[in-house]
Amino acid sequence: MATHPSILFQLGASHHTAPLAVREKLAIDAARASDLATRLGQITGVREFALVNTCNRVELYGVASTADAFPALHAALGAVTGCTPAELDSAVTLRQNHAAIGHLFAVASGLDSQIVGETEILGQVKQAYDAALAQHWTGPVLNRVFQKTFQAAKHIRTNTGIGAGQISIATVAVDLAGRIFGELAHTKILVVGAGDIGLKTVQAFQSRGATGITVASRTLAKAEEAAALAGGWALSLADLPEAVAGADIIASSTSSPDFILTRELIAAGIKRRPARPLFLIDLSLPRDVDPATAELANVFLYNLDDLAEIAEENLAQREAEVAKCQAILADRTAALWPQVAHSLNAPGTS
Amino acid sequence: MLNILLIGGWGFQWLGLYQRGLVGRGCPLGNTFEIVQFVAWSAMLVYFFVGSTFRVSLLGLFTAGYAATLALVSLLIPQWDLVRGQKLFGNNPWIEAHAALAVFSYGVFGLLTLTSLMQLLQNWSLKNKRLNGLFWFLPSIVQLEQINYRLVLLGVTLLSISLSVGASWWVRNIESVHLPKLMVTVGVWLAYLIVLLLRWRGRLVSVRFAWVCLILFGLALLSLGPVNANRHGYQPVILTPR
Repeated sequence: MATHPSILFQLGASHHTAPLAVREKLAIDAARASDLATRLGQITGVREFALVNTCNRVELYGVASTADAFPALHAALGAVTGCTPAELDSAVTLRQNHAAIGHLFAVASGLDSQIVGETEILGQVKQAYDAALAQHWTGPVLNRVFQKTFQAAKHIRTNTGIGAGQISIATVAVDLAGRIFGELAHTKILVVGAGDIGLKTVQAFQSRGATGITVASRTLAKAEEAAALAGGWALSLADLPEAVAGADIIASSTSSPDFILTRELIAAGIKRRPARPLFLIDLSLPRDVDPATAELANVFLYNLDDLAEIAEENLAQREAEVAKCQAILADRTAALWPQVAHSLNAPGTS
Repeated sequence: MLNILLIGGWGFQWLGLYQRGLVGRGCPLGNTFEIVQFVAWSAMLVYFFVGSTFRVSLLGLFTAGYAATLALVSLLIPQWDLVRGQKLFGNNPWIEAHAALAVFSYGVFGLLTLTSLMQLLQNWSLKNKRLNGLFWFLPSIVQLEQINYRLVLLGVTLLSISLSVGASWWVRNIESVHLPKLMVTVGVWLAYLIVLLLRWRGRLVSVRFAWVCLILFGLALLSLGPVNANRHGYQPVILTPR
């Protein structure tokens, strides 16, 4: 009797295929992910599987003896997520063999992400694989495919510009600060205004090691509240001249109709520390920082438009790299597929 | 890969200067060609220390370009190597050390010029929001400031030691050094000393400091001509017939 080769499959949905309402249903927590894994383990013919579950995608990777297993996989996904068959039919895609490998390569490399080139996804795919490996859900086929996936993603990251440049306002600002100060651990950051965008920018700086945070606001109570959130000190705007002289980076986001950081204020501040540069980040509309401050030596002023423009340029550069990455991944997929096909044909996998 | 090429090129240059030194039985500073070669060699040597200490991106590229330009220019001007002084230092190792240290300090000032140029480029790119291409790889403003400060300090220290050694012998025979050479040498030292003091006091920083270093080194290089031409007791040996 002739034996059929097993099938390597990818079945799932992502932001490319599912609207937000369906993705909300598909976003499964740890308990439901465990429930799904249990159900998958009970499906006849499914020999190996791993579940990649992030905020933007739920994808099953596995090896099935025959295509008969796919309706059961569909049903398991529906039972755990609560999606109707119609929702699943429109959102869930199925890729097999060569196409499944290519898709996993693209996902792990950040090519399939909502923000092209983001690096977080590789860690999430690694976590998914580690979890499956620990539970003995994977076997020789998936182990090989995932290991090659990590190599491919690393190659893409190292040899292309897909991850070059930051693409959010806050991270662009942090990147610029790095080009002015190098290490950010010892920089002193002054946040003017207790708004959300200012605090988000502070968080981005903190993620790069910055610790000296001061928040200045019109009312001290608000400043103290924001400073508590940011883990820094609080000041009222009356203390601004002193704070400006001590700061390396100033991020301003008040709702003031007038300039809060005038040329005179900044000039007086940098006169007291002439050898240290000052990075001004104006996150407000109308603007908080007098544009004339940009004329001062050793002062670098960036407003919202400047930061957005850099982010857009970086994103365009990343997108320009996509074709190059796809060509590399296509070559790697073509190189890997014969080995995987051999494993799928091997006795014991069908 | 770049560092291997840099070390290889520097090693060959060292070998060439060593051969010259053997022929002249002294430090290879017998004519403008040798002095310019020695300045390029010194800049590379200082780069190996600065580059490995601060891990400054692109500095290797800049230094390589600078050293290669100096070396090529010196090779393209045959007049610089037509004659060579003999017994330049009167067999006095102290005078030889004085000359070597002085020229070595020019190597340090040369590297300072490169880091100043990098600072000007980085400043321009950040001020004008032109952040891509070569600018992406430039070191941070603060890092360049720190390197510049240390380089000017090192250069002034070396030149001060050199001039102190030279002065201690000069007072024994005041006529041994012509006035133009004396004025130019002390002028260069004084100019860099003032730059160092102003930088230390925070009066000359950032872009202005970088511009001053750039202009000053141009003038210092031009001063090598008068310094070399006014050697007392110069006994030229024709190396290449016209």
